[in-house]
Amino acid sequence: MRCLPCGDVGLLVELDDLPQVLALHAALEQAPPPGVIDLVPAARTLLLQLDPAQTAVDAVAEQVRSVSVRPGAAPVAGRVELPVVYDGSDLAEVAELTGLSTEEVVAAHTGQEWTVAFCGFSPGFGYLVGEDERLHVPRRSTPRTRVPAGAVGLAGEFGGVYPRESPGGWQLIGRTDATLWDVDRDPPALLVPGTQVRFVRQDAS
Amino acid sequence: MSADVRPPEHALEVVRSGPAATVQDLGRPGLAHLGVGRSGAADRPSLRLANRLLGNDEGAAAVEVTVGGLSVTCAGGAFVALTGAPCPATVDGRPVPLNSVLWLPDGAELELGMPAVGLRSYLAVRGGLEVAPVLGSRSRDTLAGLGPDPLTAGMRLPVGPAPAGDPLVDTAPLDPPTGGEITLRVRLGPREDWFSPGAARTLLGQAYQVSADSDRVGARLEGDPLERAGDDDRELPSEGMVLGSLQVPPSGQPTILLADHPVTGGYPVIGVVDARDVAAAAQARPGQTVRFVPTARAS
Repeated sequence: MRCLPCGDVGLLVELDDLPQVLALHAALEQAPPPGVIDLVPAARTLLLQLDPAQTAVDAVAEQVRSVSVRPGAAPVAGRVELPVVYDGSDLAEVAELTGLSTEEVVAAHTGQEWTVAFCGFSPGFGYLVGEDERLHVPRRSTPRTRVPAGAVGLAGEFGGVYPRESPGGWQLIGRTDATLWDVDRDPPALLVPGTQVRFVRQDAS
Repeated sequence: MSADVRPPEHALEVVRSGPAATVQDLGRPGLAHLGVGRSGAADRPSLRLANRLLGNDEGAAAVEVTVGGLSVTCAGGAFVALTGAPCPATVDGRPVPLNSVLWLPDGAELELGMPAVGLRSYLAVRGGLEVAPVLGSRSRDTLAGLGPDPLTAGMRLPVGPAPAGDPLVDTAPLDPPTGGEITLRVRLGPREDWFSPGAARTLLGQAYQVSADSDRVGARLEGDPLERAGDDDRELPSEGMVLGSLQVPPSGQPTILLADHPVTGGYPVIGVVDARDVAAAAQARPGQTVRFVPTARAS
């Protein structure tokens, strides 16, 4: 564990892998150090945002180091099935990058359980981790300026669905009609950290 | 139908919005795990001051105006206050002071010209703006598209009931944002080791120009590029970013992340602007000069 200060308002805790991040996040969520106002888990890091009027970076770092972490303690937050039409513009490229046929890409995507590790990029954008490495592909070298809402993509070790139209650099393999983000829903994000996700193939109508 | 006689609804009516005016309060902390950033006023001390002048809660919603140009009337009349970048302001053509409690009579037009220095001004109303909150805040997050729509001509912004306390002061002495060189305190890290040893010297040694391509997400800077460490073609896994981060994309030109910055980012952060100086960064105008100095270590 490496604790890196972010000015006087944050502590970036760097860990070896995602399970360690999620375990530390789960432990700190139960009992956040005083003065910590936000926790931001990501692929290899957990950011603690703090109020400098209430605490200091060094004090928070000391508290984080003393937390006892139980690996695999991240709780399941519900299950979601997402119907997907697999006609994404990068499906053929993903097949080439993975050495699979497009049919095998779809089978791999629908055939494993995905778990929302964390949210980032934009409201309700969940970073999903799967059960194997077959679909790990680099992000596009040139991001698209416009990716439609509901686009289903892959990038690095993650899967994801764009909650609303935005620019984006993920490899797009399909699309879903599910509403990923609705501010009138509680919680507004369909895919909150810990949610288990199955993608289900749907024919184009 | 109710037989109650209701008092007339107080509301600000937007006559002209100017180039970019939004409703802002102190934002929506605590939702980063859903990918929702804090947002809120870019210059928080100026929003708080405007509310304090009026006896409002410090976090009441107000209008954040960018380079002036706003014109409003208030049905029913209201006490208002203007803070932040000093816009020349008039009520029905008569000049009115900044950082003061002003009475805006029913139907009178408050017009804001372009400020000579600074970028963002705040127009608060006694009682606060009571537009519908989204996820607990009335702030417009321009990056995420959350919260009340940006102001447009003809929009009505309801005003809440006056708070119990009376305004305690008529005016607050306050230095306006500087029009000259802006000095910002910065602490290196968390990712200064992703840059060449000379990059920190470059960051702390040169005068940057604020780019015209700056907004509520970030103040983009132009100067000698900050070089990545020579052996370094690593890609940073996206990670959480704090307000005031100096994020450095491959161009080597840093961006100071402001109120609507994304929760996570994929470019390394070479340093973070001290929380006390973020408001000054948010008031930096395109073309203005910015220098960074190291923060004295607290311990």
